[in-house]
Amino acid sequence: MSAQPDTATNTVRELTLCVSGLSCERDGRVLFEGLEFTLNTGAALQIVGANGAGKSTLIRTLIGTASDYTGDILWQGAPFPKSLPELRTSLLYIGHNAGVRRGLTPLENLAWYGASRSDAMMALDAVGLYGFEDVLCQQLSAGQNRRVALARLYLPDPAPLWILDEPLAALDVAGVASLETQMRDHLQRGGSVLLTSHQPVDVAPLEKLNLADFQPCPEENLEQAYAS
Amino acid sequence: MRVEPFDRANPDLSKRDSGSVKSVPPRVPGFYTLLRTEFTLAVRRRSDIVNPLLFFVTVLAMMPLGIGPEPEMLARMAAGLIWVMALLATLLSQESLFRGDYEDGSLEQLALQPQPLYFPVLAKVVVHWLVTGMPLALLSPLLGMMLNLGEAGYWPLFVSLALGTASLSLIGAVGAALTVALRRPGLLLALIIMPLYVPVLIFGTGAVQAALDGYGYGPQMAILGAILAAAAALAPLAAAGAIRISLEN
Repeated sequence: MSAQPDTATNTVRELTLCVSGLSCERDGRVLFEGLEFTLNTGAALQIVGANGAGKSTLIRTLIGTASDYTGDILWQGAPFPKSLPELRTSLLYIGHNAGVRRGLTPLENLAWYGASRSDAMMALDAVGLYGFEDVLCQQLSAGQNRRVALARLYLPDPAPLWILDEPLAALDVAGVASLETQMRDHLQRGGSVLLTSHQPVDVAPLEKLNLADFQPCPEENLEQAYAS
Repeated sequence: MRVEPFDRANPDLSKRDSGSVKSVPPRVPGFYTLLRTEFTLAVRRRSDIVNPLLFFVTVLAMMPLGIGPEPEMLARMAAGLIWVMALLATLLSQESLFRGDYEDGSLEQLALQPQPLYFPVLAKVVVHWLVTGMPLALLSPLLGMMLNLGEAGYWPLFVSLALGTASLSLIGAVGAALTVALRRPGLLLALIIMPLYVPVLIFGTGAVQAALDGYGYGPQMAILGAILAAAAALAPLAAAGAIRISLEN
């Protein structure tokens, strides 16, 4: 395989997303504090935590739609929010609401994301939606809609940084396996993946980050409350 | 548009290079794609188009029954009635402008793109006007006839409604963007944008009244045009800012 980057436009970029001392608050409740991690080229990071632990809030903070945080987020060594526009140019984000329009067909949905027809067909075939490309998404099942969103990961030249919120939700066993293969390929190409999931994800190298380890200790808070 | 056939057995892999992650500029939908997508969605949700129009026509058809059929009285009120109903019909349809996109997450995807939100918002407003304001304006001479509006008023009514409803759609987009995160924005939306609708209403009815009274209506049209130009330049910017705020919580 000739995978060496050759021309100037084809250079492999080193990616680093570095978070240190991050605390997020939502509705006056501290979700986590002192969060530290670094996401490098070719690495995957799975964020785990109970429902309501702040996984989605963390992701929204990282993509810059939530700005209620203290601490440092560095993208390529440059601090937020200055480096945010640059992060967004290398970002492929699939949120919990996956950005699939129910009134459009899978093909039209991918066209809206700027994919050409042949690329979109190939991506839809890869996620097992061949034959459904002209069916309205509102007539597809939840899992199939999830696959439409995930088809963006199968388009050629994907953005290097993938941030996926619960990508495995509603997927069947075969879908999960296919997605894991795609993520492994992406890591090998020199991309990075940050995802949240309650299920184990078979991707290597995978780091796990449990938000429960960063929760403010409730007992301490109580003691402080008694002391004051 | 040329449609390339897709050969499933032999997909065209020539363009595929899975060698390495490249720093390619991210794909963003162009203005034409945005317009076409919005239009497709609007056409598929036909009830959203038909409901405001039906409201407009039904209420105006009821008016002579309610206020009496005297032709002189109807003629005096026709322009104002048609304009107020057009205003309400636009307001009714405005609430759902960003709602669907907000709920399915595509608004978030748009906000994440490096390009400014101005053009996606403008595309949405243009399509909203095409499916609500434009049909209202086209129907207005017919309704004018029904309400015994003087013949001199047809043309100014149509032009002022065409210009005015475009401004209404633009201004309403700001309100819709501000309230998109609320579950039931109904009255709040009306309170936010109704005051901003007032100048459009005044000059719109003013133009028709001037024409009926035999005066020139150029100045009113010029002001409506100026309002539209200002709204087209500023309202999508304000709506884009409001969307970013709404997405924060």
